[in-house]
Amino acid sequence: MSSRWAAFRAGLEEFYAGPYRRTFARARREEDDLFRMVVLAEALGVPDPAAYYTAELLPALYEDFHAWHRRMGMDRSPLEHVGCC
Amino acid sequence: MNALPLLLIGLAIFAAGYVLYSKFLGNRVYKLDASFRTPAHELNDGVDYVPTNKFVLWGHHFTSVAGAAPIVGPAVAVIWGWVPAFLWVTLGTVFFAGMHDLGALWASARNKGRSMGTLSARYIGGRGAKLFLVVIFLLLLMVIAAFAVVIKNLLISTPSAVIPAWGAVAVALLVGQAVYRYKMSLAVVTVVGVTALYGLILLGDAVPVVLPDPILGMSPGTFWIVALFGYAGIASLLPVWVLLQPRDYINGVQLFVGLGILFVSVMLSAPTIVAPAINNAVPAGTPDLLPLLFVTIACGAISGFHGMVSSGTTSKQLDKETDARFVGYFGAVGEGLLALGAIIAAVAGFRTVADWEAVYTAFGEGGVGAFVAGGGAIVNSGLGLPVSLSSTVLATMAILFAATTMDTGVRLLRFVVQEAGEVAKLKINNVVGTLVAVGAGMALTFSQGADGSGGLRIWPLFGTSNQLLASLTLSIIAVMLIRKRRNPLPALVPLAVVFVMAFWAALAQLGDLYAAQDWLLLAIDGVIIVAAVWVAFEAFVAMRRAAQEPPEALDADAAEKAGLKG
Repeated sequence: MSSRWAAFRAGLEEFYAGPYRRTFARARREEDDLFRMVVLAEALGVPDPAAYYTAELLPALYEDFHAWHRRMGMDRSPLEHVGCC
Repeated sequence: MNALPLLLIGLAIFAAGYVLYSKFLGNRVYKLDASFRTPAHELNDGVDYVPTNKFVLWGHHFTSVAGAAPIVGPAVAVIWGWVPAFLWVTLGTVFFAGMHDLGALWASARNKGRSMGTLSARYIGGRGAKLFLVVIFLLLLMVIAAFAVVIKNLLISTPSAVIPAWGAVAVALLVGQAVYRYKMSLAVVTVVGVTALYGLILLGDAVPVVLPDPILGMSPGTFWIVALFGYAGIASLLPVWVLLQPRDYINGVQLFVGLGILFVSVMLSAPTIVAPAINNAVPAGTPDLLPLLFVTIACGAISGFHGMVSSGTTSKQLDKETDARFVGYFGAVGEGLLALGAIIAAVAGFRTVADWEAVYTAFGEGGVGAFVAGGGAIVNSGLGLPVSLSSTVLATMAILFAATTMDTGVRLLRFVVQEAGEVAKLKINNVVGTLVAVGAGMALTFSQGADGSGGLRIWPLFGTSNQLLASLTLSIIAVMLIRKRRNPLPALVPLAVVFVMAFWAALAQLGDLYAAQDWLLLAIDGVIIVAAVWVAFEAFVAMRRAAQEPPEALDADAAEKAGLKG
């Protein structure tokens, strides 16, 4: 009985969240892209007074770096020291 | 005739359609395969592609395709009598809509869950994809204009619905906050939200709101239209979790409640149908039944919009391919049920033929108003609710369906405007895009008179472009079936009927609109005719090519997938 109820609640949650999952994921990706731009600014040649502090965030960005530069319309990696493709 | 047997016959036809015809389609035509790896599993990304329980998925699919359209269409179309509307809704659902929705779902699931627009590029040709954008733009524009008029009419004819209709916005805002900010249990929030909505209906019934004339220098009709577009513009700009998401959810729940109320009432009260079976004395100015019936009832019989939902989102969440039968076909049956309820309400809820004729005085009159008045009388005798409360419930239901379609429609229209801007190398921000969408919608609405009185003239044209979209989807399905050397007749016969009717209706409306000197709608009709000829030509060429080429290998879909991956 309780597992039925849990399944029903899970179904209800899915019914609420499902249709808009894509919208949220996209909004999140856009925000992340902006953040990535800020962190990578110095490396891409834009002077950034906070570069000293954001540098330690760089490794966190490597994972999605390839997908990001493809998404931004750059076929190859724009940074020489990141050889993702 | 009594409405109860009619309801039972309708239910029997739907049941037979689901049990027999969808089984035939699933086994013989589409050959649904439980071992086929669906896009939801193959491309599972936790975002778009998520394997979903088939009942939940059916809920999503059904609530996104059903709305005010399957109420408006049948309620307008019973002016020709109830037999034509009944036959087109029942047979249309079984042989056209179910086949089309299931087919779109199958076609998309076999193609990595891609949308119909992309599929038309693979099966029909690149130009087809551009055509899609044009047809969708017109479809959205017409639906928001027509629904603004529908809501305006209801707010004026049923003043008791004013408070619940606008109060529902506040309920949705609170539900959104409760779910996202306070992380409250959804089951509790749902019960409280729906109770609050029905509390508002009681309040609205006690306090009807009739606007003074003039209000702010406008007639009430003009005022409501301006207010509705203002609302839709703002709602479409807010973050979706604030308003659109909770509103859609509450509406989805409300859809099941409303359907239940309507069907139980008909079963308990067994009202007599007073309207003529076939109306030989239609009011002057009513267009001919043939072909206009087939475009007046689009949603509820066959609607191209369903193909967009099937291929856009539902196909990406299909857990097993065999689930498509329940989700796609039974989703269409759900909408057929709503249309059937609308027909019965609009023909059986009146005491005498004279009462009925007093409502249906001209084509486009009656409509949702008749659904609310007639349905109210049926709920009154079936469940014993007071007449005014029953009408308030139904009017609120219809307004909520139409309003959620309207705000989502404005949002989608904004995307189309922005996409078109990108093609023209123009960056259009959200506010400007929304202003363009709202402006175009209002221009179309007010082209039908300062209070939008002629607004339902848009309706058949909306149906025509909707059927055109359905033709495009059916031709894609037919091309796929021919390439696989399966029997293409279940797709070709509906395709021929729907296309001929839509094209004929577009031509017939050309004359009517010219006589009415409605240049804006005339221009839109012209675009639709050009698009129709184009669709026919491209589809014919694609089918001939598919028939001449060697048959597709059995594993063609799998091979195509591998090719795309590499």
